[in-house]
Amino acid sequence: MTIFARPRTASPMEAARWSPRRQLATNLRSVFGRAYPRLIGLAREPSWTFFEVLLPFLTTSAFVFVYRALDAPAEYIGFVVLGGAMTAFWINVVWMMGAQLWWEKDAGNLELYFTTPIDLMSVLLGMALGGLVASCLRAGVVLLVGTVVYGVSFGVDQWVLLLAVFVLTLTALYGFGMVLASLFLLWGREAFHLAQLLQEPVYFLSGLNFPVARLGMLGALAISTLPLAVGLDAMRQLAFPGGVATYGTPSPEIEAALLVAMTCFFLLAARFMLRTIERMARHEGRLTTRGD
Amino acid sequence: MSLPSVPAIETRGLRRVYKTKPKPIVALDGIDLEVAPGEFFGLLGPNGAGKTTLIKILTTLLLPTTGTARVFGFDVARETRQIRRLMNIVAGGEQSGYGLLQVREQLWMFSQFYGLGTREGWQRVDELIEAVGLDEQRNQKVSSLSTGQRQKMNFARGLLNDPWVFFLDEPTLGLDVSAARSVRELVRTWKDALPGRTILLTTHYMAEAEELCERIAIVDHGRILAIGTPDELKHRVQSESIFRLEVDRLERGAGALAGLPGVVSASTATDGTTPAPDGVQTLNLILDNDTALGGVVTALGSMGAQIVALRKSEPSLEDVFVELVGRGFDEDGAGSNGHHEAVAR
Repeated sequence: MTIFARPRTASPMEAARWSPRRQLATNLRSVFGRAYPRLIGLAREPSWTFFEVLLPFLTTSAFVFVYRALDAPAEYIGFVVLGGAMTAFWINVVWMMGAQLWWEKDAGNLELYFTTPIDLMSVLLGMALGGLVASCLRAGVVLLVGTVVYGVSFGVDQWVLLLAVFVLTLTALYGFGMVLASLFLLWGREAFHLAQLLQEPVYFLSGLNFPVARLGMLGALAISTLPLAVGLDAMRQLAFPGGVATYGTPSPEIEAALLVAMTCFFLLAARFMLRTIERMARHEGRLTTRGD
Repeated sequence: MSLPSVPAIETRGLRRVYKTKPKPIVALDGIDLEVAPGEFFGLLGPNGAGKTTLIKILTTLLLPTTGTARVFGFDVARETRQIRRLMNIVAGGEQSGYGLLQVREQLWMFSQFYGLGTREGWQRVDELIEAVGLDEQRNQKVSSLSTGQRQKMNFARGLLNDPWVFFLDEPTLGLDVSAARSVRELVRTWKDALPGRTILLTTHYMAEAEELCERIAIVDHGRILAIGTPDELKHRVQSESIFRLEVDRLERGAGALAGLPGVVSASTATDGTTPAPDGVQTLNLILDNDTALGGVVTALGSMGAQIVALRKSEPSLEDVFVELVGRGFDEDGAGSNGHHEAVAR
């Protein structure tokens, strides 16, 4: 057992003194460490991936057939396929981000995370990164298959802006997920019900299967609060320029700026909430404890 | 390597009250404790004694209501990050991690939380897997491990950062005899491999505390009732030493020993134990203290007698607990093992 006998050079006082650089590096490593289970899960449970792609695709297909039956403009098919692809991210945010800290607590992981020398934001960022990459695969498959099967033609002029909006949508969406994670943890056992409760209204308010501008004031409200609503609307405007998606909503540039603001707001809010949770946990003796 | 001069663990007037309804629960009620660097210290007490609350405070998971607690001089309330860099914790029944990961992957993930480089992390994980005896399970999914294997993996996780203070909260809880023994051996091997490693163990298994710990604090209702080495604690309830001797060729019987210095009494055992072979007598000896035994052994030698077996009967830590609080150790008898005998043959 040579590893047990490996000598240490530092005294405990020295060992406890880390440079800011070492602390930052550890936090970054923790991001990738926590992302790892999500990434490896793709390979470990291929059946999950299959169903996670198939089920949203079936929903997307149902809307495609409805629009076709109604002789809706061709771009509506593209809206639905794009919305179907983005559904993967929303499901991931609600179930794998929002409810995750609560599940982590139930498994005993949260308590362990609190005892490690890292910032809990690293854990949340890791969960977000892993979930985001895994969902990209699912979203990509839905987008690709939907485009090929239903013959969607995109008319993108501003590829860079479209890509930027996509990335900003994800950063804002996962920032939102990080806030949800903290809220769900505070609300304890209701997290599961809350996730269920949030899933469908956000589908609706984000206009996953129709242009959100059709909701009028409600749509405007959604665009100003829900990252998915504003991001999807901007992407539709950029992917199908001059179509119905551009009526009555802000320009993609403004919506991109809105997404930047949302990203900053949600990340700061998540950080604030995590610190609040840790403070509460240490004061009250719950939140990190299994079964409480 | 010289040991640090500050205590590894130090608490002063530590009190923790949980605000529950209908009335608050006092989990810790003025704990004063000092654990030296390199010491194996045990907290022994029944369920609800406050052991886990104390560990939660020392591992920065919980704040004290009043009083102070320090780990290597770092305050648990204000210097959490420093403490977290120095310590690790393993609890009994721990189900942490992710079932779909393999053992190796799970440990690597945790290694990243302590800042080990990618390659360094894998290397350390592999070494620890070997050290805890999980070679065959290294690529097995965590969800498929047995309880004992899982606890070995948790132990490897706890050693990823080679902690200066290792907190073990009921580490053998729920394990079968063989797995518990295996975990205890691991703990002791790690502790003994390098000076300066401090362990704080909570347990309600008395034999475990006695086997592993250099000093033990007996706690109940949030208070330390007694503190000392296992021998010191047991001597609180027994000032004399009791031995059972099997002796061959002792012609004058127990009476031959009665007048020796330090011998309080010597009698022939008549308790119906297994009949001894011809010529072998079983004697009960009560001595002033253990040191008187040397004189007895010398005297027996000079009388031409031969010692076949020598057992020392000791009070158990449960006896100490009963003496201190006036009731049994715990209702479910989990810690009860009655008297035990240290056998010297």
